[in-house]
Amino acid sequence: MLSIKDLHAEVEGKNILKGLNLEIREGEVHAIMGPNGSGKSTLGHVLSGRPGYEITQGSVEFLGKDLLKLDTEERAHLGLFLAFQYPVEIPGVSNMEFLKASVDAVRESQGASAYDTVGFMRRAREACAAVDLDQAFLKRGVNEGFSGGEKKRNELMQMMLLEPRLCILDETDSGLDIDAMQVVASGVNAMRSESRSFLLVTHYQRLLDYIEPDFVHVLADGRIIRSGDTSLALELEAKGYSWLDDSEVA
Amino acid sequence: MADLLTPQLNAETPAPDWLQSRRLAGRAAWESSEMPTRKTEAWKYTSLFALQQPFMAARESAESAEELGLELPQLAGSRLVFVNGFWREDLSEIEPDAAIELVRFSDADQTQAALIAQHLGSVVPGNKHPFSALNDAVLADGVFLRILTGSKAARPVQLVWHNSPQVDAAINSQRLLVLAEQHSEATVVEHFSGQGHSFTNGLPELILAAGAALSHSRLHLESAEALHVGGLHAALERDATLNSFHVAFGGKLKRIDIVINHQGHGAHCQLDGMYLLRGQEHVDYHTCIEHALPHCTTDETFRGIVGDKASAVFNGRIHIHPDAQKTRAELSNKNLLTSATAEVNTKPELEIYADDVQCAHGATVAQLDESMLHYLRTRGIPADEALVLLSYGFINALVEKQRLESLRDYLKPRLANYFGAALALDPDDAGG
Repeated sequence: MLSIKDLHAEVEGKNILKGLNLEIREGEVHAIMGPNGSGKSTLGHVLSGRPGYEITQGSVEFLGKDLLKLDTEERAHLGLFLAFQYPVEIPGVSNMEFLKASVDAVRESQGASAYDTVGFMRRAREACAAVDLDQAFLKRGVNEGFSGGEKKRNELMQMMLLEPRLCILDETDSGLDIDAMQVVASGVNAMRSESRSFLLVTHYQRLLDYIEPDFVHVLADGRIIRSGDTSLALELEAKGYSWLDDSEVA
Repeated sequence: MADLLTPQLNAETPAPDWLQSRRLAGRAAWESSEMPTRKTEAWKYTSLFALQQPFMAARESAESAEELGLELPQLAGSRLVFVNGFWREDLSEIEPDAAIELVRFSDADQTQAALIAQHLGSVVPGNKHPFSALNDAVLADGVFLRILTGSKAARPVQLVWHNSPQVDAAINSQRLLVLAEQHSEATVVEHFSGQGHSFTNGLPELILAAGAALSHSRLHLESAEALHVGGLHAALERDATLNSFHVAFGGKLKRIDIVINHQGHGAHCQLDGMYLLRGQEHVDYHTCIEHALPHCTTDETFRGIVGDKASAVFNGRIHIHPDAQKTRAELSNKNLLTSATAEVNTKPELEIYADDVQCAHGATVAQLDESMLHYLRTRGIPADEALVLLSYGFINALVEKQRLESLRDYLKPRLANYFGAALALDPDDAGG
């Protein structure tokens, strides 16, 4: 589904990704762990096509297409979803107006008919309930004045409504208490299917107690330096990232 | 400049003595006042060239609301409608409300006439605003709203000034006097709409006695050819609260001076405004908040979106007098330019003569936020649609601040329509 080969990227002239390789097949859940500054968030931004992130080398193929040639919205139309670490506040545009515009745009691009208003509102309310957010959040400005946890639930709600093929969760667990994390985890677990894949980017092993990945990768200095199963995450948690510095990088 | 006085004088009707003396004083002031030019600092960016054409007195119209294209917010309270400056009883509605007295000057009883004579013009400084003098000079049928001591108006009061297209450029005046007595509470919505290239000279005065709370909106929804020069003057006594919300669409020339005087301790004013300009429209808001006494607060926010070859002027002055300790005043003006030929001149002016005050001001002319745009695009919303949605949000954020739900419901679809935003649903139904 996603094939990243020898990806190099820089931000403001600084090399962040330095030859990253990753293969994600349909239905798989991958976790990428790594210390601060290793390039974890940059990977999500690059895959979403964020301005200011320049790819200097390598390729990314998503569902048979050259991802790097697509506009940001075209990537979303194809089924790529990035849950932001820091979701953006948009005062004056209600969450409901935003969700409808988003779902309509994605469905239109996929040749599906738009939901009628009543049908869409029912779905939005269901998604709201599924992530344990009060319905009042649908009326409020997008992420406006939401707490950290509420923003993350709002990201998850969008993910449920858009039904993407590949979900990238950029440190969705950071700043969440245990209850909120369980909500996020059960949302993700409910969406797991044979045709949908996940890439969980996280600093801590904690999230992986609730969402069991098929593969765990360790990112350091812009490259994946080690891959394994969940035992790798546990080992990291026990020994810390410095363990890798000693054994692999140095 | 064309003769703005004679056509109106020719159409003059007899008036009671108190009104006639006001007219004569206004006439003398107008005739002796110097017309502003581009060399006058306060008129640097606004030319009165558009007024250089012959004007006729406005003519009465008997057209129906439908023929007039009159679309009003459904506020459910009393409504006075004037077309071309003439009262239209058939389009007006009076909902009895023991908390208020709502009359036209010509209908005022003796007590009301005495109150009008006492207060009218009392907060408008003498020679500073020539167009106020012009308004006085031709004063005919204004509206007087009195909110009685300790009373709360049950429903909003709506005042509508609509212009129908006239054969020649017409000229007319609008005048409103609101007297909110001690600890009274009310909501007033002024509505300007219509077609054609009429010139309107509007002058509302708001007087808030101690502890009064007034929510006021002034909607300028006139045509792209409309001309309007006017001012709003308010005086706030001790602990009075004024929320004043201004909306301007269109207009070949619009110049609105808003002057708010904090003249009692602890008065508070929230002043919000927005202007949306395209084509060759021009809007100029000059605001001036006078903090004369301690413990008063001002929150002022104006936002504008200016496109095509349109131009906007915003001049926001906050004047804190030496006695006005413990003042808190914030002023923000943000502008979006959507074309390379659009123009904005924005200038916040803080004049502070007291030392124990909290003041902040900011004025920006900017493009839409890149991170917001990217966020919307990651959700599949194409860039052009995302820009529309963000423009709408930039302005709608001010609408959302307004407490009157029926007014929000009226403005939001109009904003969406203005921007061409495909907002399929009413978010207020979302929680149902």
